Amino acid sequence: MTDLALAKATASPARRFSPALPGIGLLLVVAYGILPLVANEYLFDAILTPFLALALAGLGLNILTGYAGQVSLGSSAFMAVGAYAAYNLALRLPGVPFMIDILLAGVVAAAVGLLFGLPSLRLRGFYLAVSTLAAQFFVQWVFNKVGWFSNNSPSGIVSVPTLSVVGITLDSSAGRYLFALTVVTAVTLAVWRLVESPTGRALVALRDHETAARVIGIPVLRVKLLAFAVSSFIIGVAGVLWAFAYLRTVEPAGFNLDRSFQILFIVIIGGLASLRGAFLGAALIVVFPLLLARLGEALLGGLFDSGVLEMSQRIVLGLLIVTFLITEPAGLTALLDRAWNRIAGRFRRTGLPITG
Amino acid sequence: MPAVLSEPLFSPAAGAVSSALAVEALSLSFGGVTALSEVSFAVAPGEIRAVIGPNGAGKSSLLNVVSGLYRPDRGRVWLGGHSFASVPTDRLATLGVSRTFQNLALFKGLSVLDNVAAGLSHRLRAGVFAQVIGLPAARRERAEGYARAEELLAFLHLDGVRDRPAGTLPYGMQKRVELARALVARPRLLLLDEPMAGMTLTEKRDLSGHIRAARDDLGTTIVLIEHDVGVVMGLSDRIAVLDYGRLIADGTPDEIRNDPVVIDAYLGVAHDLEAGEGI
Ligand SMILES: Nc1ncnc2c1ncn2[C@@H]1O[C@H](COP(=O)(O)OP(=O)(O)O)[C@@H](O)[C@H]1O
Ligand SMILES: [Mg+2]
Repeated sequence: MTDLALAKATASPARRFSPALPGIGLLLVVAYGILPLVANEYLFDAILTPFLALALAGLGLNILTGYAGQVSLGSSAFMAVGAYAAYNLALRLPGVPFMIDILLAGVVAAAVGLLFGLPSLRLRGFYLAVSTLAAQFFVQWVFNKVGWFSNNSPSGIVSVPTLSVVGITLDSSAGRYLFALTVVTAVTLAVWRLVESPTGRALVALRDHETAARVIGIPVLRVKLLAFAVSSFIIGVAGVLWAFAYLRTVEPAGFNLDRSFQILFIVIIGGLASLRGAFLGAALIVVFPLLLARLGEALLGGLFDSGVLEMSQRIVLGLLIVTFLITEPAGLTALLDRAWNRIAGRFRRTGLPITG
Repeated sequence: MPAVLSEPLFSPAAGAVSSALAVEALSLSFGGVTALSEVSFAVAPGEIRAVIGPNGAGKSSLLNVVSGLYRPDRGRVWLGGHSFASVPTDRLATLGVSRTFQNLALFKGLSVLDNVAAGLSHRLRAGVFAQVIGLPAARRERAEGYARAEELLAFLHLDGVRDRPAGTLPYGMQKRVELARALVARPRLLLLDEPMAGMTLTEKRDLSGHIRAARDDLGTTIVLIEHDVGVVMGLSDRIAVLDYGRLIADGTPDEIRNDPVVIDAYLGVAHDLEAGEGI
């Protein structure tokens, strides 16, 4: 049952035409053309930009966990590596354009991810998860201890320079949002190409049956390390967005184990091995606490202080995850697909034409 | 000694090199359990060779040694003129060897087409960047792979389910997808571990036809583990019989059918079969 649901959610046939394409076009029109005109600063700063950064991190983790089947609890560490790398590149190599800094930050994160991916050649499942946990603690410890990384700032918190791309300064909330949107769109396109390619197929093969994958000549070790490298690259870039477009500061505490779990939850709730899943999961994770706060305030008024909010967030989120794991392991993506099929089925019955 | 064993089974040097597959004095044990004991035999190119024997006789262990998943304690494996103390699994496909597994070993989350196309993985040359960017060589390679896979789907009558996730198919069909994945690379040697287990009579007959066609049309040498004695007798050129890890007979179906040792060890239980299924 579970396997079947997973299989349904993760099949990647060689599509000639993706019915999702018009939908994606529409989303891009809204994201680029309409939102910048109608959204206010709150929407950009509290919702849209963190949503984009987290969705990208979820996308990165999904490659490793959803597609290649390797569990990781170290995502936040790779975000930190990306963020600190970009900060130091911008600080120490002032002449280099920021787009290059981002790429290099991703490469640094990929190298660190590769290093911590080495145990995956021997370990799997629970043991691998624990070894990625080591990455999480080690990286956070290094950024706490070694002052050089935060330019010897006494508090350990550093402000990042203003975003500036090809001479345009992206100072405003809308500017930082558009920057994040562009990076996320470009990376998502590349990831989509990747998962549809023979290499993407090899990732899933590795996940579903490693022995069979070896027998048919998939270079298992190489593909595993590739998954770690690509995943960490993307999560590193997400870390850059988190620091430069969203928070505008870098500090080790922002990249703790909680964040790693948050990204894992995004992937689980959204749907393993689904690109849409990362976006759906991130949307839920970002919007849900805000909704909960509003709802709590409306229902309980002054009783609903930040302590109660924090606690109720954890409880509701926990319940949500357990519910998803039990009833819909393929996540929001599968729920939406089912809803869509039902609607489409109704239209078909009534004889109306279906497009998209 | 039964008649079929009195002639020299195997002359290592000369025989092994000209064979599609030869194993020489293979021994393998797990803790105290002997899975294989001094097993030697050779399979000629283009031959369909069955391996039979009761459960736990060491048949799967034999295929696992030949495909490098198990490392034998002693003995050697000859594949297409190369001799190995332990077969390198990573190079198996390049050596022209494909296999299926006793338990389903499909990539459940991939479509049927992708499962079969994955059988050509060892031939891929384009790097990941070339694939993502879509360089012409990468696109050609990918398109050729799918075209080959489609041919195999048609050959095994799987075209109707080409886009279905493999994990959602009925058992017998999944077995066929696995066969397609093994055949797509046009292997010189195909190892099949109980490919017909759990199939209906009609499905078995169909699959027998496909296996014979693979040999006749593609020249593939086939080593086949199968419990259905009726199928085995009809399909194979020669039969090797394992019992408690030892090779107790090796001969043509007729020789095996009349071998008292084999009847004692294995076919004894099949007397009913003989009447029922008309060996
Ligand atoms: N991986 C393994 N670990 C331990 N024992 C094994 C393993 N593989 C096979 N065996 C043992 O080796 C013997 C032969 O098994 P197998 O080759 O699977 O037999 P068959 O395929 O003829 O039924 C059995 O006793 C089995 O329990
Ligand atoms: Mg077996």
